[in-house]
Amino acid sequence: MEMKDTRSGFGAGLTELGRTNQNIVALCADLTGSLNMNNFKDENPDRFFQIGIAEANMIGIAAGMTIGGKIPFTGTFANFSTSRVYDQIRQSVAYSGKNVKICASHAGLTLGEDGATHQVLEDIGMMKMLPHMVVINPCDYNQTKAATIAISEYIGPVYLRFGRPKVPNFTPIDQKFEIGKALHLRTGNDATIIATGHLVWEALEAAKTLSDEGISTEVINIHTIKPLDNEAILKSVKNTKCVVTAEEHMINGGLGDSVAQLLSRKRPAPIEMVGVNDSFGESGPPMKLMEKYGLTAADIITATRKVITRKLND
Amino acid sequence: MATITELKDTVTQIRRDIVRMVHANSSGHPGGSLGCAEFLTALYFDVMNHNTDFTMDGINEDIFFLSNGHISPVFYAVLSRRGYFNISELATFRRIDSRLQGHPTPHEGLEGIRMASGSLGQGLSTAIGAALTKKLNDDDSIVYTLHGDGELQEGQVWEAFMYASGKQVDNLIATIDYNQKQIDGTIDEVLPIGNLTAKLEAFDWVVLEELEGNNVEAIINTLNRAKELTGKKKPVAIILHTEMGNGVDYMMGTHKWHGSAPNDEQLSKALSQNTETLGDY
Repeated sequence: MEMKDTRSGFGAGLTELGRTNQNIVALCADLTGSLNMNNFKDENPDRFFQIGIAEANMIGIAAGMTIGGKIPFTGTFANFSTSRVYDQIRQSVAYSGKNVKICASHAGLTLGEDGATHQVLEDIGMMKMLPHMVVINPCDYNQTKAATIAISEYIGPVYLRFGRPKVPNFTPIDQKFEIGKALHLRTGNDATIIATGHLVWEALEAAKTLSDEGISTEVINIHTIKPLDNEAILKSVKNTKCVVTAEEHMINGGLGDSVAQLLSRKRPAPIEMVGVNDSFGESGPPMKLMEKYGLTAADIITATRKVITRKLND
Repeated sequence: MATITELKDTVTQIRRDIVRMVHANSSGHPGGSLGCAEFLTALYFDVMNHNTDFTMDGINEDIFFLSNGHISPVFYAVLSRRGYFNISELATFRRIDSRLQGHPTPHEGLEGIRMASGSLGQGLSTAIGAALTKKLNDDDSIVYTLHGDGELQEGQVWEAFMYASGKQVDNLIATIDYNQKQIDGTIDEVLPIGNLTAKLEAFDWVVLEELEGNNVEAIINTLNRAKELTGKKKPVAIILHTEMGNGVDYMMGTHKWHGSAPNDEQLSKALSQNTETLGDY
């Protein structure tokens, strides 16, 4: 399996956009290399804006640049793309209805050694609460590239979340990315595993192991957390009658939260959530952190067994 | 082009609009609104090259951003008196289902508003963005902004000051409403902003100071000087000395009318000091 980082998928998508759409502009707050924005910068020096270490100013400038028809893509770490600039996004982007694409790298624990100051685990929650904000968390390089291109064609604010580590690149290279459309990666009858971002691969690994034990699971890749593909989730749960959600994010406010809200309203079913439980992260190698905080295939397997037991005991 | 007498009449009518709007809801910000009536009248009725047939993109026209959104009464009054929307809509200010929200927003589709403001300190950044897009579009129009002086206590403004000069955003004229008052008292009591000219010059801006910020003729002259200074690789700032509550005697010389509405008696007094010129809404 080819291993690639999702941030490079973003960089590749942005490079392609630079060549195909003259209205695309990119802004960065002193992390051009980390975000893989150098290609775009080199090919389009007049459409690349180095803002310096001033994220609030960057979001405001991006909002203003939409006036006159530009499509700004801002790039910095996920923490500095959200919590640091929440009010700027709220007023100048979301409430003002501006066509800004907030592109956020190094999300979650897999940022690794820099530790909790940089490991944002609340960003999905913050962003999905903003009215009309689209929230996307693709799972691998190919999907991140496709998502980067797709959001340029959507008019309105978008939060695009991706990460630092090299992870399996398993989705098709030529995929068409449809905002808000869940992807069925595997069919099954005993439980539905709904995952986003880096946890999608872990969910597939978990499903394989469970299958060897005779447990059949459906795996759904939710790359768009908002708007959520309610129909796909409800259809699957109608059959399996229980759910595990998995994400590299706080349980509070994350994908699991959105799924639980949907199910409690439309089709109550036992649910288990794999995510970070009301805790900050810490320094360490990315995959060791995922193990320590319970965000691996093994944790999804445990949660799946548990939720099936709950369903059977209902 | 309007004569100075006509502009002064417009200002008087806008003062009436402001106090009537705020009085009608017992809420809003009359002090700073009155202090900037001459400035916004000068901008919208004389200095700016703009189109009242509003488009969000504002291609090939000068555009304005109000950063201190709480002075929405004067902004709404000026926009409607200039023809962006019907003056009758001023009666809906701060009411439910209105496009005239407490603080300005494009969210309700009000003509003339391109960016929400209210949470302070964000307007210079957004204006810089619009100015950069004008450059990319080979549009040589100018972007104007207005900021409160107390607003300069927000850190983001200084990020924007640094960026605009560092990156030679020279199609930008930022005016500071220098009335030296904010909600809790004078600027010096709350948090001194010190020698503003020196600070802005240290940030490599061209700085003009206008001591007569409530004299419409003086403002036009200063804005025209500022215009001549654009396109020379530096952003331009105007420190506009204004009187909070200008034109209503009991609102002047105090910070108390920053965000308080006049009662019936106070309204009558304010209106008697500003006789109807263009017809009330």
